Amino acid sequence: MTDQHRAALSRRGFIAATVGIGLGGGPLLSACSSSSGGEGSGSSPVKLNALVQKQAGYSDVHVKAMTAAFTAANPNITVTVDSVPYEALHDKIVAAAPAGTYDVVLIDVIWPAEFASKGLVADITDKIPSAWKTEVLPGALNSGVYQDKFYGVPWLLDTKYFYANTAMLAKANVAPATLSTWPGVITAAKALKTQGVVKYPFLWSWSQAEAIICDFAALTASFGGTLFDPAGKPAFTTGGAVKALEFMKSTLDEGLTDPASMESLEDDVRKSMSAGTTAFGLNWTYMYAQSNDPKLSKEVGKIAISPVPDGGGGRISVNGSSALAITAGSKHRDAAWKYVEYLSSKPVQEQYIADSLPIWVASYQDPAVIKSAPNVVAAAKVQLANMTNRPEVPAYNAISQLLQVELQKALLGKKAPQQALNDAASAANKAIAQS
Amino acid sequence: MTVEGVSVARRKRWPDNRFAGLLLVPSAIVVFGVVAWPVARTLWLSLHKVESPLPTAPSTWVGLDNYTRALDDPNLWAAVGRTAYFTVTSTALELGLGILLALLMAQKLRAGWVLRVAVIIPWALPTIVNATMWRYVFNPQYGPLNALLTQAHLIDEYRSWLGSPFLALNMVMLSDVWKNTSVVAFFVLAGLQVIPGELHEAAQVDGAGAIRRFFAITLPLLRPIIAIVLVLRTIEAFKVFDIVYVMTRGGPANGTQTVSLFTYQSAFSDQHFGYGSALSVLIVVVIMALAVTYMKLLRIEESRTAA
Repeated sequence: MTDQHRAALSRRGFIAATVGIGLGGGPLLSACSSSSGGEGSGSSPVKLNALVQKQAGYSDVHVKAMTAAFTAANPNITVTVDSVPYEALHDKIVAAAPAGTYDVVLIDVIWPAEFASKGLVADITDKIPSAWKTEVLPGALNSGVYQDKFYGVPWLLDTKYFYANTAMLAKANVAPATLSTWPGVITAAKALKTQGVVKYPFLWSWSQAEAIICDFAALTASFGGTLFDPAGKPAFTTGGAVKALEFMKSTLDEGLTDPASMESLEDDVRKSMSAGTTAFGLNWTYMYAQSNDPKLSKEVGKIAISPVPDGGGGRISVNGSSALAITAGSKHRDAAWKYVEYLSSKPVQEQYIADSLPIWVASYQDPAVIKSAPNVVAAAKVQLANMTNRPEVPAYNAISQLLQVELQKALLGKKAPQQALNDAASAANKAIAQS
Repeated sequence: MTVEGVSVARRKRWPDNRFAGLLLVPSAIVVFGVVAWPVARTLWLSLHKVESPLPTAPSTWVGLDNYTRALDDPNLWAAVGRTAYFTVTSTALELGLGILLALLMAQKLRAGWVLRVAVIIPWALPTIVNATMWRYVFNPQYGPLNALLTQAHLIDEYRSWLGSPFLALNMVMLSDVWKNTSVVAFFVLAGLQVIPGELHEAAQVDGAGAIRRFFAITLPLLRPIIAIVLVLRTIEAFKVFDIVYVMTRGGPANGTQTVSLFTYQSAFSDQHFGYGSALSVLIVVVIMALAVTYMKLLRIEESRTAA
């Protein structure tokens, strides 16, 4: 072989290698084109795969324990549970759908419209007992519904609560009762800051994620506004929504909000409050139990839970419930139904009340249940009756991402709040038209 | 063995080319399955409007609409700008630092292997682990970087390193440079080891100092290898995805959203599979153009060294 030959060969190999690299990173869509691997059905043992989220709601350890109990009662059904961070859940459900990897997936309250209209989740309306209409709390029951059909079994009944460090309040002589309104909270925050109790009283989950929308939705509602009109069109360019964004920005400008909020998620808020570096935060139910767990928290017994403060529109929060859906590609729908029915059953939900409150009306009348989580139930009684919903539209995920970016631009001072919301609304309308 | 024996054995054997063809079948199936079919499918998708990942999803022929929409999309161009910045800056830093590290590793040091191990560790880490580690290092509340800089009195208070768009892009880039400088260093080290020692000795005899020798001998002889490393790193940096996905998911305010992430989000978050496919094809075209450009450079280098 001559040197020239060798050079030509290596060059060709090199082109092939670089093109290969390019293709590997380019068509990310290759994940969509695999085929499904079926398993035996009928009376033979059934293997199910389930996908749930980590962090908020039932912890993955508890989901595994529930699943083990289910398998003990149904020996011919084994379930493999995968858990991913909430931020990866939506895309994983989408990417795994063509392969039919999962039989059961956890879906957020904002996804039934999208997943149902795109045929990813199965219609299970005929399996839902009619008695559930009265037995299950409406905020939970509706979490799997789109156009009057059920695509999920309610499982996580969740909303964001307002958490406050009572020991810090005591140090600054702030009465906890003043925290029932946002102006009261701001006065308290200023007192904490000027008295040097804490550097930044607030940490929020304002990272570019659904988390910032949840905070914004709760604030908008508590300031008397609404994010979307009944038809699902953006309504956040006026009133409470503008007030909410201006409020968010002002807490940053006044040094009351930790700038780290811009890169934080709910679990960062939990960690920071549990470490005693933050006085106030909005978070899901699960934070209460974890902030009182000595293994996870330095502030055991000091973190109080209450409904979201009133900004003029009432003590309203955001509905953050989730449902267990059976995928359209599942070959074991009956076994999957048994599994989700078990997970959402009253005894199981009451057993893990510290992670998430039961969806069952009757649970709240049971003194034993109330006694197991008195503070959470007290806050929940107010908050669960006062929740705002994010819209049920197929393009929700795309709209939410556009809004996240514009909210962050306003908070980073790159745009005035009104301008950011106007821009988000016009981009959202375009996305709705394209969907 | 007799002459007859050889001919019998030859007759029993398969014709060489058919046997070779048979041996290639398994790899041909694999190549078709993992390369050709996804590429063909992506091309097909890019010419259709497809809004669900399922193979049974309805599709509408839209011609080149997805491509024209992409080229008109200001969000794409913003992502291209960020990606270009990321690519040029990170590749330049990796090259500069990589050459320095390689020169250091090429010295006859007493514990040279320690240095080589230390340099290879970042490269051996999976990107996901690297990204998670740096996210921890940059954590605004308990990250070691804040602790280090405040204790060294370089900053007065803890900062949010991933909380503002341009800073976050630079921090993600630093994490990427930390990991990938090793690749460059080892490529360059390999190049250094084939430079004949006599050249340096002769230059030394002629009175050339270390810096003069580096620019007159080392660097010119490293050119082919630098060209190869540049192609590889530019391409890798241009399609950067995982480190961004883990560290910032494209935020804040899309400040770290690269073209790959934008493509991923268009396809899997927004479920515009046709549009996402068109973006993928465009990325491949750009990468191929980059590869061809550098190949030409390489060829010029080769003919120059040959001459």
